[in-house]
Amino acid sequence: MLTLENLHVSYGSIKALHGVSLTVPQGSIVTLIGANGAGKSTTLRALSGLVKTSSGSIIYDGQPISKLAPNQIVAKGLCHVPEGRMVFANLTVHENLRMGAYLQRDRKWISDQMDYVYSLFPRLQERETQASGTLSGGEQQMLAIGRALLSRPKFLMLDEPSLGIAPLLVKTIFERIVEINREQGLTILLVEQNANLALDVSSYAYVLETGKILLEGPSPQVKADPQVQAAYLGA
Amino acid sequence: MDWYLQQIINGLGLGAIYALIALGYTMVYGVLRFINFAHSDVLMLGAFTAFYIAPKIEKLMGHQSVLGCILLFIVAAAVCACIGMLIERLAYRPLRNRPKLTVLITAIGVSLLIEYTAQNEKVLGSAPQPFPQLLQEHSIHLGNLIISSNDVLTLGVTIVLLAAMWFVVQKTRIGTAMRAVSYNQQAALLMGVPVNRIISFTFGLGSALAAIAGILYAIKAPSIEPLMGVQPGLRAFVAAVLGGIGNLPGAVLGGVLLGLLETFAGGIPGLSNYRDAIAFGILILILLVKPAGLLGRSAVEKV
Repeated sequence: MLTLENLHVSYGSIKALHGVSLTVPQGSIVTLIGANGAGKSTTLRALSGLVKTSSGSIIYDGQPISKLAPNQIVAKGLCHVPEGRMVFANLTVHENLRMGAYLQRDRKWISDQMDYVYSLFPRLQERETQASGTLSGGEQQMLAIGRALLSRPKFLMLDEPSLGIAPLLVKTIFERIVEINREQGLTILLVEQNANLALDVSSYAYVLETGKILLEGPSPQVKADPQVQAAYLGA
Repeated sequence: MDWYLQQIINGLGLGAIYALIALGYTMVYGVLRFINFAHSDVLMLGAFTAFYIAPKIEKLMGHQSVLGCILLFIVAAAVCACIGMLIERLAYRPLRNRPKLTVLITAIGVSLLIEYTAQNEKVLGSAPQPFPQLLQEHSIHLGNLIISSNDVLTLGVTIVLLAAMWFVVQKTRIGTAMRAVSYNQQAALLMGVPVNRIISFTFGLGSALAAIAGILYAIKAPSIEPLMGVQPGLRAFVAAVLGGIGNLPGAVLGGVLLGLLETFAGGIPGLSNYRDAIAFGILILILLVKPAGLLGRSAVEKV
């Protein structure tokens, strides 16, 4: 469904990605793990059009998308839940979800999808009219995911959904991620620092180090790799 | 007692105009984080638009007709909305990713460009021109109080516009998008919100309000010239800061408060020459206690 080939991205004179290639098959959960500053977020930002790529290609659904603007990319169903959640703290939970559906015209679909999001995360429904800045970190993450689901995604990119969240909520959120993948057939690219968790829910994994893919393979295999164990799993 | 009531009435009339202008400053600050110094010139252009089309509307709708007056407001607002959007498109958008200081200096440049181009005799000319009486002015006597119908008009128009603004910003899709863009542009982009179009709309809305404020100010003045926007513009900017820049109710509160302060200070016998010193002195005191403005909050981001 998505193929990156030899992607290069620079911020000014600093090269963030030098030649990242990866593939995400339809309906799968693929994870991209790596340390801070390895280029995980940059990869996602390049995919959603927030940063320009200097070379390489991004093929989504058979079409190159690296020259498109962010709103054109969202319209194609490629949705990005950014690092740090970036919910609109000054908007209510409901208004945040409405913003997710900004490009959607079908009112019936929006209201059905909103019900679906509320059934995934009942906590959000309880806080529907609250300013989202008053939510806990975990609830904001739920909202960020819910908001992306209202953009009618076919391909969902999650950037560090476990970051700074109470362990109990992390468990709930990851269960829901797997559920969304299974029930809605949504393809997911998961970026995580918490490698253990990410390798458990994904089928295939890439390890990124200083802007390059260090190794890749089926998740159980990557998890057993001594190098990965030493560097990312603390074994 | 009567003296106080009279000052409150006069102050509200002035404060309402400041509030309308201050909304434009604060909205633009909300989405772009810079002060659009050319805003006060859009106000002046609004008054001149009205000045030039008023005779034509009078021919069409009759002398001092209410409908004609409403039409005049709408045309001037529409013209200035276009001017505001054009300024943003030509002067500010090319600098979107530059440091804010660059944009700020550009805004001052745009302001000077408009003011001094307008003063050229072949453009608007620098001599003050009498602003036409759009509606017959009455004085309403309530006991010892005298209320000018122009103040009633100003307050009425302001209240209607504030209600409309509240509705647009709080209840419509584009207003919600405006608030989203002002909080986090990047997240808004990820939702597919066309951020440039929202910013353009914000300039249009703010400039339309400035045009109407310009007409209301001209009615009070009662002559207009190319530098007429500078004084009310400066005060409205201060009002926006006083209320908490970026905060819409704050801009209204700041505008009304400044109008009242100025009128009260000006009404004290023997002190009327010091009215700006008194009004701005009080402002400095308020900002010393509440640096983010009355309703402003220093932004805290949850990580």
